[in-house]
Amino acid sequence: MTRQTDMQTATPFPAAAPGLKIADAILSIRNLSLFYGETPALQDIHFEIPRKTVTAFIGPSGCGKSSLLRCLNRMNDLVDNARVTGSIQLDGMEINADEVDVIGLRRRMGMVFQTPNPFPKSVYENVVYGLRIGGEKNRTVLNEMAEKSLRAAALWDEVKNRLHDSALSLSGGQKQRLCIARAIAVNPEIILMDEPASSLDPIATARIEDLIEELKRDYTVVIVTHNMQQAARVSEYTAFLYLGELIEFNKTNNLFTHPEREKTQDYITGRFG
Amino acid sequence: MSSGWKQGEQYVWASAAAVTVTFAILVTLVVVVLINGLGFFWPKRVAVARLTDGSLVMGELSDRERIPDSEEWRVQFRTGNRDLYGLDFRWIEERNIAELTYPEEAVTLERQEFGNFYGFLKAVQRGDAPRPSAGTPWAVLGELREFVEEEAETLEAMGGELADISRKMEGIRRANLKLAYRGEDSNQAAIAANDGRLKDLRAGFEARNEDFSARVTALNRTAATFTDVSGKEKETPLVMIVRAYRPNTLSRWGKIRVYASKVKELLLGDPRESNTEGGLFPAIFGTVILVMVMSVFCIPLGVVAAIYLREYAREGWLVQLARIAVYNLAGVPSIVYGVFGLGFFVYGVGGTLDQLFFPERLPAPTFGTGGILWASLTLSLLTVPVVIVTTEEALSSIPVGVREGSLSLGATQFQTLVRILLPMASPGIMTGFILAMARAAGEVAPLMITGVVKLAPALPVDGQFPFVHLDRKFMHLGFHIFDVGFQSPNAEAAKPMVYITTLLLILIVLFLSLGAIFFRNRMRKRYQSAAF
Repeated sequence: MTRQTDMQTATPFPAAAPGLKIADAILSIRNLSLFYGETPALQDIHFEIPRKTVTAFIGPSGCGKSSLLRCLNRMNDLVDNARVTGSIQLDGMEINADEVDVIGLRRRMGMVFQTPNPFPKSVYENVVYGLRIGGEKNRTVLNEMAEKSLRAAALWDEVKNRLHDSALSLSGGQKQRLCIARAIAVNPEIILMDEPASSLDPIATARIEDLIEELKRDYTVVIVTHNMQQAARVSEYTAFLYLGELIEFNKTNNLFTHPEREKTQDYITGRFG
Repeated sequence: MSSGWKQGEQYVWASAAAVTVTFAILVTLVVVVLINGLGFFWPKRVAVARLTDGSLVMGELSDRERIPDSEEWRVQFRTGNRDLYGLDFRWIEERNIAELTYPEEAVTLERQEFGNFYGFLKAVQRGDAPRPSAGTPWAVLGELREFVEEEAETLEAMGGELADISRKMEGIRRANLKLAYRGEDSNQAAIAANDGRLKDLRAGFEARNEDFSARVTALNRTAATFTDVSGKEKETPLVMIVRAYRPNTLSRWGKIRVYASKVKELLLGDPRESNTEGGLFPAIFGTVILVMVMSVFCIPLGVVAAIYLREYAREGWLVQLARIAVYNLAGVPSIVYGVFGLGFFVYGVGGTLDQLFFPERLPAPTFGTGGILWASLTLSLLTVPVVIVTTEEALSSIPVGVREGSLSLGATQFQTLVRILLPMASPGIMTGFILAMARAAGEVAPLMITGVVKLAPALPVDGQFPFVHLDRKFMHLGFHIFDVGFQSPNAEAAKPMVYITTLLLILIVLFLSLGAIFFRNRMRKRYQSAAF
């Protein structure tokens, strides 16, 4: 992957609503573009993500919302021909710089994927995986963190008696909460969720949504969803992307009730997407 | 036209037929091998046929067939007694047989030399053995054979001691050769000291050897005289008798015991009579060690290569080219690998090792000649493409989500590989291992020029320091089949041995594969995720 870092701070925020002021931004994204080969996937994205809130990315399939999320923890590094320009700052640190410690960066941002992807290990080993690869060997610490993370992910009561069973024996919803616990265990600042409920049934989805509500007290949550109701239920801020461009970014309430752009209006009312 | 035809049912039938044919061929092969192989050891009755011209023929009835272009039948007698008549088998037309009897006194003798003997026991010479309790000659024979067996064991131990001494002497001789080769004056004293030790050893060796030879001669005096059906006498020292039984009076239990002792000899004994009789232990052992050493080289090499190709190398025309090359390597004729192994490993690597480390022994080669190490390395080159292909398949079938899950938690690519990907790919790697093993165990051509021999003097692993001698030549079941079946002067007598060897080779491949499959299933249970 090639990366160009430029700090064009002078550009205005075209997509953000006029009155929107982010007081305490944890991530600020400026002029971010992403190309797969020559094909642009994101163009000139520009906005800020507030700390300890839930921010949702919505938009139709292929609009680039997942790609944007994967830019935040540089998962796009894994794609051979991906190229990023522009800047993303995490608490003022440029994450697209070459000298950035990607491992450390990813440990500051937990990630939850569309399909639950527990490792073929025991429940316990899944949760402490991040700690183990970080070099933690102390069993007491591992046990404490495992319990704490599983409690935080509202899974402890269901699995406390089967910690050493295979994680693959859990139900879909449990697996997804296990993945959340696994992400929490490394003590990140931000949790990135890529359509975390799309493969779950309504009850499991509701539990995940409740959990997101809990998580925002301690973490900044960024969630990608194609489900507008879900965005409306769980998030405080919403970014609407369309064809690789950020159309509108606003408080969720405002975006859904008084969209500033016609495109947004069309999308939330179901005229396309 | 029926609706089945339109729905393409004929194609289903055709594919089912293809499966059936394949399966039938396989079953036939196994059944033929099983019948011919397993039946060989069952003690057969010995018949005496009086022919119409008055002559007598004695032996096992081994075959019966119709004479071409007539209604008559003929039978094949396995007459044995090769030392007396030169032939093991004889065809006799059934109309020439006046009478067929199975005399109770008939004896089947399995001997160390000249194959089976069929005849009657006439007398027993005690020699130096303790006086047997009185009884029939047959009972005396049994008693004396026990004594002879014990004595033979003692002699074998003595022979082992002698071999130890001569090995020591050889070691000292080699050390002296090395010292002399270096040619430093200070070595003269060491050489002289060694010469002194050599002299002592030689004296000890000669004293023991004399004792040993005397006892061998004495043991040979314990013998038995047999007569064949026409009255010709044959004296045989009891040491030369492997097994003696009267098949016409054997009970079922007695036959089972003979059968069991033959199977035991087959699995644990050494071959006799230029491999057409006796055991297969050195060949079994050689085959298993060969496959194991081969795996030690080819599995890590293949897995590491596959990991690089799949996980680290950037996809491009170069990687594609490498992949195509690897896939095509699997199709190169094995004899080509053999020639390569001979040129590269034996002469290249082995010859260089000899020049560097054993120059004093040249021109006698140490590593610069065929051996189990070079044969294993050659085979591992032959099988490494299989391992690469299956490992790559296994790695690529792991869902992307699992990789990303690990990486998103801050794992490096290497940590992901070791902690997640390799365990998940392990069943696939085991599949590669099974295929590689099955292929390697059955290869003969490349072995023939890289170190397999008809009769190896010693096993590649034994009790002598350093216990593993990978420079040694070895025996192999596949080569054994070729050698016994097609290079033996007495093909008819060797035929059952070919079946037995085939059976054993199939069993060994089966056994090794089953072991690997067992482990693979355990790994599958642990690592396979049904969720994706």
